[in-house]
Amino acid sequence: MKALVYVGLKPGVLDPQGRTISRSLNDLGFDEVTGAFQGKVIELNLKNSDEPREAIQARVEQMCEKLLANTVIENYRIELKD
Amino acid sequence: MKTAVIRFPASNCDRDAAVALETVTGRPTQIIWHRDTSLPDDIDFVVIPGGFSYGDYLRSGAIAARSPIVKDIIRRAEKGLPVAGFCNGFQILTEAGLLPGALMRNKNLKFVCRPEKLIVQTNNSRFTSKYAAKSEVIYPVAHHDGNYFADDATLNRIEKNGQVLFRYANNPNGSLRDIAGIVNEAGNVFGMMPHPERATDPVHGGTDGLDFFKSIIESI
Repeated sequence: MKALVYVGLKPGVLDPQGRTISRSLNDLGFDEVTGAFQGKVIELNLKNSDEPREAIQARVEQMCEKLLANTVIENYRIELKD
Repeated sequence: MKTAVIRFPASNCDRDAAVALETVTGRPTQIIWHRDTSLPDDIDFVVIPGGFSYGDYLRSGAIAARSPIVKDIIRRAEKGLPVAGFCNGFQILTEAGLLPGALMRNKNLKFVCRPEKLIVQTNNSRFTSKYAAKSEVIYPVAHHDGNYFADDATLNRIEKNGQVLFRYANNPNGSLRDIAGIVNEAGNVFGMMPHPERATDPVHGGTDGLDFFKSIIESI
């Protein structure tokens, strides 16, 4: 099983990289872009397990809280894939 | 008086910090490896130095903050051991939860490296007692991720408690409220992006950092 963890800055936290990307796309003529947020994706390979999905999800949440995200400034979202 | 400097893979100010401590204490400083699981019992003051620990992988300071030695530093700091982190050391202390807030990418996205004027906010602390309050000092800065962030409630709380010890005169990185250096509520854990250890010898171009080390050493 794989877990995809998306980590990005919380709304309200200044994201100068996102702003620069957005402005650069506008410079290229993509006027429809009104904002960009840059984050990261962490793909975890997990051992096969008989545990229920909720339990696996809860473990990955712990990983986010303990290491993968800095919750002072970042949010995270988890997708489990078979 | 026993002092120690922690060395992580890609620390690069560990020697500078050790020399500064040895200059002020007149005694050798111990270098402690990040895989060690405990500090020596008789250590009086620990410095977490600048650098790019673990290549800044994941986030600056994130991996170092979960290393074996930092677990023991957290335990000892909670019992009152004085700890200071400069630059990457500050990032590690926030990642470890010993100091509030986080250090983000500089607002202008540029690496900034220059002498920086700071204003000492208070001398009512173990780390600044040798300075006159509101005095100006110059410490070098050299960082890419030094933009201090905390939510408004946290900022208000640390300001009210007198935990902001240094502010930038000319904010180089976008730090909220010009915050350059903070101490924890108990007053024994300090972090800042600038480098006092690089201002401790006339050949550095200035010695404004000496009183920082004298303050904390004399408080022990």
